[in-house]
Amino acid sequence: MTVNASVYHYVKPEIVAALASDEPFANAKQQATRHAFAEAILEVGEANPNVVVLNADVSKSIGTNKFAEKFPEREFNFGIAEQNMMAAAAGMASTGLIPFACTYAVFASMRALDQVRNSIHYPRLNVKIAASHSGITPGPDGVTHQAQEDISIMRALANSCVIAPADSPTTKQAVWAAAEYNGPVYLSFTRDPVPILFDDDFPFELGKAVTVRDGSDVTIIAMRDLVAQALVAAERLAQDSGVSARVLYCHTIKPLDTEAVLQAAKETGAIVVAENNVTYGGLGSAVAELLVANNPIPMRQIGVKDTFAESGPYLEVIDKYGLTSPHIVRATHDVLDHKARFTRPVSLAAVA
Amino acid sequence: MNPSTQKPSIEELEKIAVEVRTNIIQMIHRANAGHPGGSLSAADIVTALYFRVMNVDPKNPDWPDRDRFILSKGHACPVWYAALAEKGFFDKSHLNTLRKLNSILQGHADMVKTPGVDMTVGSLGQGLSAGLGMALSGKLQKKDYRVWVVIGDGETQEGSIWEAAMAASTWKVDNLTVILDNNGIQNDTFTDDIQIRGDLAAKWRAFGWNVIEIDGHNMQQIVEALETAPTIKGVPTIIIAATVKGKGVSFMENVPAWHGKAPNAEQTQIALAEIRG
Ligand SMILES: Cc1ncc(C[n+]2csc(CCOP(=O)(O)OP(=O)(O)O)c2C)c(N)n1
Repeated sequence: MTVNASVYHYVKPEIVAALASDEPFANAKQQATRHAFAEAILEVGEANPNVVVLNADVSKSIGTNKFAEKFPEREFNFGIAEQNMMAAAAGMASTGLIPFACTYAVFASMRALDQVRNSIHYPRLNVKIAASHSGITPGPDGVTHQAQEDISIMRALANSCVIAPADSPTTKQAVWAAAEYNGPVYLSFTRDPVPILFDDDFPFELGKAVTVRDGSDVTIIAMRDLVAQALVAAERLAQDSGVSARVLYCHTIKPLDTEAVLQAAKETGAIVVAENNVTYGGLGSAVAELLVANNPIPMRQIGVKDTFAESGPYLEVIDKYGLTSPHIVRATHDVLDHKARFTRPVSLAAVA
Repeated sequence: MNPSTQKPSIEELEKIAVEVRTNIIQMIHRANAGHPGGSLSAADIVTALYFRVMNVDPKNPDWPDRDRFILSKGHACPVWYAALAEKGFFDKSHLNTLRKLNSILQGHADMVKTPGVDMTVGSLGQGLSAGLGMALSGKLQKKDYRVWVVIGDGETQEGSIWEAAMAASTWKVDNLTVILDNNGIQNDTFTDDIQIRGDLAAKWRAFGWNVIEIDGHNMQQIVEALETAPTIKGVPTIIIAATVKGKGVSFMENVPAWHGKAPNAEQTQIALAEIRG
């Protein structure tokens, strides 16, 4: 069936055209966003001599060994010593440098969390944490390397800014935005390749969610690697059930774009949040917290339930743990049922 | 009861190590992912532990009085799985499922899923502390078991290694033995090009440990050191084993790129031929 391309915004035409096919991303260009970061940081480093890169023995994996080759005096490999790296980053930032501290998300957000909290976020120092292997994007390595909690943990820190871009072009934009922002930023990247979804003219602005598909029945709010899954789900819903699903690409989890979320709530009356992260404390929680205080419409969460996952190929693991497009489709039908039965509390009906 | 009554000879251990290395290469090739370099460098040590030194019973993996083993450098778990399968803790057919969905063999070892795995590992610098805890329990509960922990040289960059080192000598934890697989390479490159190791023996001695230095691929030396360690009383012992990352496969030996890469079909053929001599 043909896809109505006019409802999509900034999504590459070839991506849109294939969304309704059986394997929508079979021919799509793919790149792990960790590698898009590694490319972007070279340009950012070129533009700003205060930018330094801190590694913790995973520079070959992330790709920041290229930065070390290009700017040897501005790269520091701390070895397998993430805690030391994070507190040292705080010291560097306090003297005017802009350190990008690079490691895997489990170690950035958990192994070194005390340093990240007390030495970076409390004094609000200008440290950028570049975290690869975020969420369950490393499949085969298994649970010890899957950071299914990093977004929740980082969101819980005061003074934090948390960004989880969906693809390479918007990752590069996020890296520039993070460098220009004064304060701690947590950047969350994928280990595995993800499809390149967006045009280079994507209007990336820190803290601004972007409607990438129009829709009036329900809104799917997604971050990082589940934006691709959300687009597939929305098109399936249109093709199979005539459901008009809006897709809101929420790259910045904190600060949340409250305006865009409340507008979506008001205009579509039902929300599904899709995140490759636990359902506690992440994007879904942020949206729920906002809705409950302002416009408590029916909502569903796609995310990792109260369990650890396991080893396996990335797409197989996220499918088993309920994060792929068929799960989003099911949750959307469920929330639409709820919406049909739902009567707004009288006092709040006036607000909406 | 001591299930390991007959002790294999040095030659027999060397033959078993060939099987262990064979299984390592085959399972990583089939999984198309994993860490061959650090698995091969630890193969002789792990073989000696399971087949000559440790008091374990594959039919009763949860036996409370068993010796404990922790591969703190958990990414090298193919060597652990190979030894456990060879010893009979589980059927060898499981080795084909490494890193696949629903497998008992996770990408980093999981004590809940895998019989014989005594501690979940994968985040570096934690296994030694866990081993310390087991050893302290053993003393408190008046058990005779020993605790054996293998760590990597890159891994010693983690501060927590030195926290455990300090505590182990403070509490005279002499039922704990560490084997440092000192292959001189970590993930990014050669260890000394990242952070200088310096005089590791002197560092551990300064932390109050008894230090034994050996060639980590000489089975005679390995066995002697492992059998000497339990006789040292009042201090923990570390065996600093000079090893070669990728040992046994010429194109992997001492090449950092083979830290975390699977061999293709052709490379696997060559590797297996070399290992089997
Ligand atoms: C806390 C932590 N940081 C980073 C990693 C990623 N990592 C896996 S293996 C490795 C290098 C290990 O080097 P070494 O301890 O020397 O092991 P070997 O060379 O024997 O494989 C790194 C950095 C990890 N598993 N845990």
